[in-house]
Amino acid sequence: MQGEPQVINRPLGRLLTRASGKLVHPDAQVINLGDRFFYTLTRGLAFCVIFLVILLVLDLFRGSWEAIRQFGLKFLVGTTWDPVARQFGTLPTIVGTIVKAFIALLLAVPISIGSAIFISFYTPKWLRPVISYPIELLAGIPSIIFGLWGLFVMVPVIRVLQVWLKANFGWFPLFNGPAVYGVGVLAGSAILAIMITPIIAAISRDILLTVPRTQIEGMLALGATKWEAIWKVALPYARTGLLGAVILGLGRAIGETMAVTMVGGNSFDLIHSLFDPVHSMASQIASEFAEATYSLYVSSLIYVGLVLFGITIIISLLAQLLLWRLSKGRIAILE
Amino acid sequence: MAGNTLYGAGTGASRQHYLYRKGIEWLAWIGMLFCTGVTVFILLMILGYVLYQGASYINWEFLTALPLPAGETGGGIANALVGSAMVVVVATLMAVPIGVGAAIFVNEFPSAQLGRFVRFLAEVLTGVPSIVVGLFAYALVVRPLGSFSGLSGSVAYAFIMIPIILITAHEAFRLVPVSLREASLALGIPKWRTILWVVLPVSSRALLTGVVLAIARALGEAAPMLFTAFGNPFWNLNLKKPIATVPLLIYTYATGPYEDWHRKAWAASFVLLMVVLVTSVLTRVFLRGKSNE
Amino acid sequence: MKVKGFSIVAAAAVLLLSGAMAMAGCPTKGVKELTGAGATFPYPLYSKMFSEYNKLCNVKVNYQSIGSGGGIRQLQELTVDFGGSVGIMDEKQKAETKAGPVLHIPTVAGAEAIVYNLPGIQRGQLKLTPELLADIYLKKINNWNDNRIKALNSGLKLPDLTIAVVHRSDGSGTTFIFTNYLSKVSQEWKDKVGFATSVNWPGDVGGKGNEGVANSVQQIPGAIGYVELAYAKQNNMAWAQLRNKAGTYVEPSLEGAALAADQPNLPDNMEVMVTDSANSKAYPITGFTWLLVYENQRDEAKADAVANLAWWMIHEGQQYALPLEYAPLKGAALKKAESLVKRIKVNGRPVLN
Repeated sequence: MQGEPQVINRPLGRLLTRASGKLVHPDAQVINLGDRFFYTLTRGLAFCVIFLVILLVLDLFRGSWEAIRQFGLKFLVGTTWDPVARQFGTLPTIVGTIVKAFIALLLAVPISIGSAIFISFYTPKWLRPVISYPIELLAGIPSIIFGLWGLFVMVPVIRVLQVWLKANFGWFPLFNGPAVYGVGVLAGSAILAIMITPIIAAISRDILLTVPRTQIEGMLALGATKWEAIWKVALPYARTGLLGAVILGLGRAIGETMAVTMVGGNSFDLIHSLFDPVHSMASQIASEFAEATYSLYVSSLIYVGLVLFGITIIISLLAQLLLWRLSKGRIAILE
Repeated sequence: MAGNTLYGAGTGASRQHYLYRKGIEWLAWIGMLFCTGVTVFILLMILGYVLYQGASYINWEFLTALPLPAGETGGGIANALVGSAMVVVVATLMAVPIGVGAAIFVNEFPSAQLGRFVRFLAEVLTGVPSIVVGLFAYALVVRPLGSFSGLSGSVAYAFIMIPIILITAHEAFRLVPVSLREASLALGIPKWRTILWVVLPVSSRALLTGVVLAIARALGEAAPMLFTAFGNPFWNLNLKKPIATVPLLIYTYATGPYEDWHRKAWAASFVLLMVVLVTSVLTRVFLRGKSNE
Repeated sequence: MKVKGFSIVAAAAVLLLSGAMAMAGCPTKGVKELTGAGATFPYPLYSKMFSEYNKLCNVKVNYQSIGSGGGIRQLQELTVDFGGSVGIMDEKQKAETKAGPVLHIPTVAGAEAIVYNLPGIQRGQLKLTPELLADIYLKKINNWNDNRIKALNSGLKLPDLTIAVVHRSDGSGTTFIFTNYLSKVSQEWKDKVGFATSVNWPGDVGGKGNEGVANSVQQIPGAIGYVELAYAKQNNMAWAQLRNKAGTYVEPSLEGAALAADQPNLPDNMEVMVTDSANSKAYPITGFTWLLVYENQRDEAKADAVANLAWWMIHEGQQYALPLEYAPLKGAALKKAESLVKRIKVNGRPVLN
């Protein structure tokens, strides 16, 4: 924002004048024909992006229109998903998606922000890349590979954990579910946590590195321990940005498809415990879209897609608003 | 360390308080180390497992032969490797002009509200679930053309790549010193030539990084390929026909009934992972001279 | 057109003269590529068949396993040349096609095994009746030591274990056959759940694909599930003996599936579910898999290629079925499949003959 080349345009640009009879935007109001052309061209390309988004939204609405007309907003609170009886409501999947995403956050946030703090403040500068590169690489692993790994390696471990939890803490309602399945809310949350940890960690690290060193050194000079300096100065300073990173992780967790499909259990019932198998919205679309045999069914699945799109967009908006000033372009890369 | 200033001074209660704080410091350190350890450990486990499962199956034939029908051991994924490359190259050709062009608009004509909005939109778009992108490309390309095609896969990939390229390109342009632009403009060179001959070359490395990252991201996506590129067991170099891609092949093989298919799925995962990891490592090495963070 | 028609007759004549029993050979009208999509169930077989067909005729048939429903939809949308399905198109789906009536040409039959994970109980040891199976899937029987299961399996030591019911989470033809069977044997299932490629399951775990179901069953003690026979064999899973309509307990097998498919009273259009066969040796959870082809084709060359391919699949192609765990067409089913292929038309004229 600061020091942009707009300075150059200013003498001419501030005056909104008429050229060739039309109101011209200050930026476009330039002497050179090539500049005019270039402006129009790049603006056209920028419009392309907007156009694509509009197309996408229209497409989702058009596809789900039949289901919207049939079920309206009741679709969001309905608990029956019965392709035979042509009854569709998607509350259990929405609940499943959100619960899984929040548990994933619960697991991932301490770990990832902890790693970010360790890398930013406790690691000597030369060692930082050695630790942080691998973590960022984790963000690049395709989600289908997470799914394969989760199914064959992680789920058996989760099953043992669940059986143990149920045997020892079965009185606790959240642990009183079908422990032996392995696949379910907990497994889905765990794989999501693994997938969003590197994202939150990498963005948090970037944000923590923007904390002015002088402030921390000031604290240290006053006799504070390093942790006190971090806790009392660095974290409050970076609070907004860290929250943005967390919300971004949440968005990713909600939209994730392949891995969750493979370990989430994919059952269509409201969950009562941490061990219950349940769909999430993306996994339901991935599972059923190919086999949806009549238009209302397809339309209902696209309706689920529309809801999913809406939720991720809202979360994304929220994250971007928080990260707006701090964004360094990494956010997109790491998604 | 920092507490050393207090060390000699404290006795009695203050010394006890000092030890307490020192203890907290230790606990925090151990906690943070633990977090980092967990993250790195999980990464190594996943990498290790894929390497272990996949490496044993990788050989020259796997990389250069066509897939054999079910139940027969051997064969390879050459058509999917070529197919993935073709689909991604075409996607890149579509995404780069739009992404970079829009980024130029966003950065070089900054007083336009439109630019800020587009940038914001791009950030938001990175959050669109990939399965939704697949549905979109199906409705946009497959249905009107009446056939699944590599081209429709490219459109889906391009949709995923555009926001990434736009954002990284915008950031790259922001890093170009204003003085460079002013120097060029002061020489009487028009703005458009300044952008093409000064701004773009200066930021070329960062631009390229963004493009490579976008490609790496797209290469691993299976969900948008389900209803677009579709897959093909034969050689196909025609983008208007269905074409094989690696992530989709992994999905098909992983869900099939044959032990041999599962091994191939791991091996293909291995190849995919290697490509993604090698590109991102190379990109980092490449970028290193640029930013010293 | 006349010349082309003649060339087909000539080609057929040559084939007949050379001693081949088939009435059709390779397509002769220049089509080198066909695209099909649909059921996952026959995918391994089709991939083998089409690979051989390519060697034989130099025609590349690209079949993608996107699921039966997907096959039906893509056929309706005309994005593929033929579909693959293990379910029959219902009236609404037939009404939604863009090019008129669709032929259901059977290619092979397949069986589904009821698989379980019970410590100490091997393959084929557990016996189940249709009623028990339905009640288990209706969640009315929840434990393996239930008296009704015990009474039937007096020789087995059934553990005190909760039954974990596993089903396909994705819509699938496998589910279609399985729920069709349950609807035939249980009125309650028919009323409460019905049959389709995906239904509103009364309970428990969903696994994505055969893979997901097999994995869940193998890993969850006390689990029961249904997977394709090939899958159960490949993964060495324990399967149950099921009482068929005649009262015999049968293990899933290709012979049992073939017998179920070879019924005397098959309808001419072959749109029939052969689950719960009356044959005393037949395995009851059996179904055909069909090629879906438009009866009235638009493109002459494409029609020629599709018809020739279909003909080859139900004749020479059948040799690849058994090794891959599918039951080949026999007897009446084969005859009816042949006459269905002959019904493929272009401009009102049959393509073959």
